[in-house]
Amino acid sequence: MHSVRDIWVYLSASPLLNLTLTLAAFQLGAFVYERAGRNPLLNPVLLAVAMIVAVLMATDTPYTTYFDGAQFVHFLLGPATVALAIPLYRQLDRVRRSGPALIASIAAGSLTACGSAMGIAWGLGASRDVVISIAPKSVTAPVAMGISEQLGGLPSLTAVLVILTGILGAMIGPGILNLLRISDWSARGVAIGTASHGIGTARAFQVNEVAGAFSGLAMGLNALATALLLPLLWKLF
Amino acid sequence: MLSWLTVILACQLAGELIVKAAGLPVPGPVAGMVLLFCGLVIRRGIPGGLQRVGDALLANLSLLFVPAGVGVMLHARLIGKDWLPISVALIASTALTIAVTALLMAWLNRLGTHREAPEEGGDR
Repeated sequence: MHSVRDIWVYLSASPLLNLTLTLAAFQLGAFVYERAGRNPLLNPVLLAVAMIVAVLMATDTPYTTYFDGAQFVHFLLGPATVALAIPLYRQLDRVRRSGPALIASIAAGSLTACGSAMGIAWGLGASRDVVISIAPKSVTAPVAMGISEQLGGLPSLTAVLVILTGILGAMIGPGILNLLRISDWSARGVAIGTASHGIGTARAFQVNEVAGAFSGLAMGLNALATALLLPLLWKLF
Repeated sequence: MLSWLTVILACQLAGELIVKAAGLPVPGPVAGMVLLFCGLVIRRGIPGGLQRVGDALLANLSLLFVPAGVGVMLHARLIGKDWLPISVALIASTALTIAVTALLMAWLNRLGTHREAPEEGGDR
């Protein structure tokens, strides 16, 4: 028994264990998601987070120890954000064609998302940390976390709220758009991408090619718009 | 491959430096994204190597959120205390954002096609 404990002490002090745990949990989550016919409720990130938290709590491992291993994955968020320039550039022609309409709608959507989230949370008595962290909830996670950190929020709380927002948008978005009788695929795509970033975009692509392309574009532009507008809005708040 | 990964990291580094030096209110990686985008516009195309590195980074984008998501365990108490404002804000704000963005975009598109209808492809 003694030697098993020695091995555990050795492993738990090495970043390798938690790095492997992160990759394995995500792949298990992705497998379940695929098997369930891509049910938005079984989002792979949500499943992976739940599994990892359960393991960490069962083994009494603090988050800082976990992060020593997981930081190698976390670090890639920065380069991945830079790489978002590539799909954005691919849509350059489309942006030029419907440029003004696109910019106006996304700016309005960005302000609505931040303003209403902060206003409602604040009005219902949420703490200051929650009000700041929920503000960039509609922005793709790497950018949202950067904005949250900059405004003095909690980036890890923002990450969770962003993922929940994406799942929500993918679930309720099509219903709302049908209710409003929006049949214009570009408008549907822009709305889903602005409100619910990559998770909504993945859903939009399943429904319609044009909606998917506009949704991806809106996700990128909304990240930029919110990064610029939210700090200004926050000063007024 | 390696050289294009270096380009991406260099864009991020330059972005971080510009943001710090100029005191800009945007995250460094976003400034890096703008730099890379400008580079592509100037170069008028996406090099094959860059495309491959970008695809590799973006193909598993959602995996990269997991370590931060696990940080929720640090805030379990905060979320438990504020679960009502958080749930209402998420649901209402997401629905409102979808409605506002879609209505405005559909309206502006209709406006644009009416105005452009007489002469196709007229410049704006």
